[in-house]
Amino acid sequence: MSTMAPPMPFTADPGATLAPNSYPEVPYEDKLSLWEEVKADDRFPDYLYGCYECGICVAACPSAKYYDFSPRKIAQAAAREDVELIYEQMNDDVWNCSQCFSCNRCPRENSPGGLITLLREVSVRHGLATAKEALEGYGRVVYKIMTTGTQISPDMLQPDAFPDWGPDVKKTSDNLDLWRRALPPETLHTTETSWQVSQETLIELYLIWLHSDVMDMIEEADEGLHMIILDVMEETLEDAGYEV
Amino acid sequence: MTTESTFIPLDAIRKPPLPNPENAPTEDIREHLFELEDAGELIVQRVPEPYIEVMTKYGRMKKIPLEKTWHHKSCGQCGHIPGYSTSIFWLNRQFGMSYEDPTDQTSCTAWNYYASATSNAVAQAGVASRNFAAAYATGYYPMIHCGTSYGHYKETRAELVHHPELRRKVRDIMEKLDKPLVVPEEIVHYSEWIHVMRDKIAERQTRDFSSITASIHPACHYYKLVTEDAIYDPDIYGGQRTATVTGLVEAVGATVGDYSTFFDCCGFGFRHILVQRDFSRSFATQRKIEIMKEEANPDVVITHDTGCVTTLDKSQFAVKAHQRNVGIPVMSDAQFAALAMGAHPYRVVQLHWHATDYTALLEKMGIDWEAAWAEFESDLKRIESGEIEYLSWEDADA
Repeated sequence: MSTMAPPMPFTADPGATLAPNSYPEVPYEDKLSLWEEVKADDRFPDYLYGCYECGICVAACPSAKYYDFSPRKIAQAAAREDVELIYEQMNDDVWNCSQCFSCNRCPRENSPGGLITLLREVSVRHGLATAKEALEGYGRVVYKIMTTGTQISPDMLQPDAFPDWGPDVKKTSDNLDLWRRALPPETLHTTETSWQVSQETLIELYLIWLHSDVMDMIEEADEGLHMIILDVMEETLEDAGYEV
Repeated sequence: MTTESTFIPLDAIRKPPLPNPENAPTEDIREHLFELEDAGELIVQRVPEPYIEVMTKYGRMKKIPLEKTWHHKSCGQCGHIPGYSTSIFWLNRQFGMSYEDPTDQTSCTAWNYYASATSNAVAQAGVASRNFAAAYATGYYPMIHCGTSYGHYKETRAELVHHPELRRKVRDIMEKLDKPLVVPEEIVHYSEWIHVMRDKIAERQTRDFSSITASIHPACHYYKLVTEDAIYDPDIYGGQRTATVTGLVEAVGATVGDYSTFFDCCGFGFRHILVQRDFSRSFATQRKIEIMKEEANPDVVITHDTGCVTTLDKSQFAVKAHQRNVGIPVMSDAQFAALAMGAHPYRVVQLHWHATDYTALLEKMGIDWEAAWAEFESDLKRIESGEIEYLSWEDADA
């Protein structure tokens, strides 16, 4: 919901100096522009009220236990408007967050997790290389949710995708169609979607994506994925008599 | 220092005074919803009767509908742990509650949003409003199966109330869909329905759970997102932790096995469980399962959300290979309640979709799992042979 003009173009190019964390260095004005876009989001004032530096958010945070990650640093950088550090976090830290919102326990009523949602969103909207990297391997999930209306389908349970979940994954995969037919709820006899979604419902979902700038975000994040999703949506909408 | 001056009344700790809603640190969003309805900005869908009122965190009362519910299903439950959704429906059917299992429903899409941020506030509110309008059109009331959908919809509701520009944009989209902007009076999670039904579930119990110890994992997005809507009960944990799930486990006579990392999340992480599972696996086993095992040694973990069942259950296989102290079956409160009421472990509860060995638990519940599996296999043969196309609800209770 930014009212700011997008900070384009970035001056980084493949030959530009890479920071130690392998993200491109860009002029301060570009970093500031990204930060201004985060602040312009209507939700921003509800997520940041200052920081006591008490560390309760860090103690509650699962990611802080396994990564070099601190929700307190996120809140502090935002409160101080440390544009350089915020840019660094947008390129690294934010993708470690679990989005569980355990940090909402903050006595100052901050939501570092909420701030991270906004930081990620701006990163994706501007196609930061690190956002693309974080979403590598995730495209099929975005495709599934945007084109079918359900995110996790039974046929995703493949042994090569989930080898760490044990041999039962193969058993499920081998018997998928049969096992799905052995489910009493009629809406669950599906293998490519979590449940049966009507065609009219799907059309309405596509119209929401098209009227809410989500497709522009997808294009920034992954042009190829954008083309594939748009093809599916256009075909369905045109068949239903919509002009796309 | 006298004894008198250091005396702490234990009753005050065991059972603190009921919270006074007048002192709630947060607003009552419902009041704003009704104001917006009066101003013609949106429609508020009322909770249908019959309903039961229960206390939430700050002492306010929340209406939980008993029937005429529109079941907003969960991607992960229906996709990978379908006995979860099936058990919710089975319970409704056992009590003769009317409900809708719609095809006019999409995912809330919040799993993807929290994982990838490839969406925005307008789209998320648009998806929520479309589903709410679809429920409203049927006259049935939204009953949310997923903890993340429940938490995200509460966030979305607050955003719609507080940001007129967002409301305008979403209303514009809804007009293009020829649907009204509708927001339910209460956002209701299915585990709240189970909570208010727990005594009736116990009345219909056919299996003895008195030898079962269950550790509870509360879902983060149930009680950490928009905290004031979660159910609390002074008789459960002295009102200091959410009462859902624990209330059911106590009602069916199982022992609650408490442990010190109760408040930790499961490690799901949204993007992590799909593309960075080493984190999810480490957290789920080292911070949850192993701690439960050491401190409570439960027979089962009971939780009330999609991601929690998935992460806690599926993460145990790989670490077992490293001789870690794991091996506790995991299921939802709905599945646990269904088993208590005599549901078939495979036809209804569909435990064959779970990863961690659950057979010792079933034996402790008095279930001959080998005979039950043989029955289910005969069902599969009937489907394979073409004798029946699908397993019906009648077959499930045969």
